[in-house]
Amino acid sequence: MMIQFLALVRKDLKLFFTDRRAVVVGLLVPILCGSFFGYLFGGQKGTTETSKVPVLVIDQDESDISRALITQLTSDKNLDVKPSTPDAARDVVRKGKATAAIIIPKDFGRDAGQAFFSRASKPELDLFYDPSHAPELSMVKGILTGAVMQTVSKEMFTGRSGREQVNESLAQLDRIDMAPQDRTALRDLLNGVKKWNEQRESSETLAQGEFSGGLTLPYETRDQAITSGRNVEYNGYAHSFGGMGVQFILFMGLDVGIALLILRQSGLWQRLRAAPLSRTVLLGSRAVSAALIAGFILLVLFGFARIVFGVHIQGSFLGFLGVCAAFSLMTAAFGLLIAALGETVEATRGYSIMATIIMVMLGGAWVPTFLFPMWLQKLTVIIPTRWAIDGLDSMTWRGLGLSSALAPIAVLLLFTLLFGALAVTRFRWRAGE
Amino acid sequence: MLEVNRISKTYGKLIAVNGVSFRADYGETIGLLGPNGAGKTTTVSIIAGLLKPDSGEVLVENKQVQGDTDPVKLKIGLVPQDVALFDKLSARDNLTFFAALYALAGARAREAINEALSLVGLSDRAGDKVEAFSGGMKRRLNLAAALLHDPQILLLDEPTAGVDPQSRNAIFENLETLKKRGKTLLYTTHYMEEAERLCDRIVIIDHGEVIANDTLQGLHKLLPVTNIIAVELDNVDGFVPERILNLPEVKTAELKQNTLRIGVHDLSRGAPGVLRWLTDNGHSYHRVSSDQPDLETVFLTLTGRSLRDT
Repeated sequence: MMIQFLALVRKDLKLFFTDRRAVVVGLLVPILCGSFFGYLFGGQKGTTETSKVPVLVIDQDESDISRALITQLTSDKNLDVKPSTPDAARDVVRKGKATAAIIIPKDFGRDAGQAFFSRASKPELDLFYDPSHAPELSMVKGILTGAVMQTVSKEMFTGRSGREQVNESLAQLDRIDMAPQDRTALRDLLNGVKKWNEQRESSETLAQGEFSGGLTLPYETRDQAITSGRNVEYNGYAHSFGGMGVQFILFMGLDVGIALLILRQSGLWQRLRAAPLSRTVLLGSRAVSAALIAGFILLVLFGFARIVFGVHIQGSFLGFLGVCAAFSLMTAAFGLLIAALGETVEATRGYSIMATIIMVMLGGAWVPTFLFPMWLQKLTVIIPTRWAIDGLDSMTWRGLGLSSALAPIAVLLLFTLLFGALAVTRFRWRAGE
Repeated sequence: MLEVNRISKTYGKLIAVNGVSFRADYGETIGLLGPNGAGKTTTVSIIAGLLKPDSGEVLVENKQVQGDTDPVKLKIGLVPQDVALFDKLSARDNLTFFAALYALAGARAREAINEALSLVGLSDRAGDKVEAFSGGMKRRLNLAAALLHDPQILLLDEPTAGVDPQSRNAIFENLETLKKRGKTLLYTTHYMEEAERLCDRIVIIDHGEVIANDTLQGLHKLLPVTNIIAVELDNVDGFVPERILNLPEVKTAELKQNTLRIGVHDLSRGAPGVLRWLTDNGHSYHRVSSDQPDLETVFLTLTGRSLRDT
């Protein structure tokens, strides 16, 4: 029986490698996709500037504060700030050419100054935004908050309008509804600021002193990427090549299933079935050849990623091979399952492409799973591709040991058994049965 | 050698094969004849072990095929209706693969492959990819692939479908060689002339049932006429063929374009009477020939339908 089994496997491999153009395309496409996604997600290593977020600003206030705010925003390296008008800004944002537009309303500087020290109503900044850029909007809002705090506080403590605001606030203090002890404390604070401003006016040195920058965040972060070791940079290509490898190997598994479905309707299948071959040999050989091809594709992809992008197996090499082998087997079983459950070729192709895309998407091949909502992150543990990608990540850039590969390998092998058992029991040995 | 005993197979409400029985001896060629959908391929599939019959049995040298790996399968070679080859592989690679399915490897496989290629006349093209072959060459290689394990029974499911006359003749010659070697051939076709040329006995199957099983001579005896006189008339305007049925020797009459085909039992008595009647009734003619009715006529007689129209 071994002669037959080996002949069947050899035939599949020969057919695969005979079509050299298909082999090249089959490898080139995941390499291109992996390179592209790797470049986007951390493959730039700080050598290339990321694109700035386009933001429009409409200054209807034209106060010292609004001008200072615009200057502050313009100086931020993450923003590309341009002046505009409300109508033009709305149009540009709608067309997607700007992520957001900030309207600084008339009297914003004055109202913000008043609100800075008292319970006066806060002025509103209108913010138009492109809903398809929600993550960038969060960043713009964060930068805007910091800039407003800095410019308003600076003006309040050191600027001309700030002095006027303090005087005005002191004058209005008795009319504000607040507890007597709070009023006293606030009056002391405002008088302190007034006195500080008067001293600053009489001293040129103090005018350029330490508070000339306004209120800023009272801390800075020291960022350290935790990778496989100290001084080992995160390589975004490791994840992207793993993800794209998983995706395109699943598509290869889909092709195996469809090809088996087509084969079942052909004379070749009759010839195979007429020979003294067990069903296990027929399907098992197909699974083994598909797994070998899948393993070959994975190894070529990571070989390319190593040579061109310096992706190293920072963790256990044995674990890496184990995850590759387990995923390859799972893909082969997935292909057999497609052939077993498929009715017509056309319908099966549609269903299985949908299933493959869902598995790839939820497995984190396109975007890392930590970006998913928490409930979805928990749900995706039932998706085999999630284990494959996590396993490959663990063995590549995370640099974890063999023990971290054991769970992904075990889960992938369980899926292999499940899919394989379903395929063997549900396989229709003759078209139309 | 091969015994098919009352096999039946249904797919849902469709009765594909219903109580089909026949037998074939060593060196005998049996024609399994019937229109498309008659149940020929289902019968062949059951004999090859691809399908399990709902009832009945198939015996090969008194043994029933049991299970996928039954060694009895080694005695059967199947030539499927489709060309069952890998286009991207060479002829030799194809045959090496099919030989391995029957556990043939090494020198034994090479010997079997060379012999099969030689028989079908493709030795000089052994290294070429199948995709470069003509339809006829593919059909011959399709036949060769079934011969590698030297089966005693060869099941041929319309092996000449879609090939040119020259390739068809080449395949017939191959089959005649195999027949001389004592192989048992079961030849499925809906081409009457192929069955007439090759087969010792013919099993006619229709709607899943055997409607005749006899030698060619035996089948001819079922016909109302044993000879056909074909007369090409100069003018057929107003000619009514049924009028000639009044002659006692004439059994059938049919006019196709300007050719009158008349069925008689005794040619020596029937022909003079027919020609005299035509002259007496003012129907001139320019050509007369005689022929024996073919299997098409047999099928028509048995079923009331033409084989290729069904």
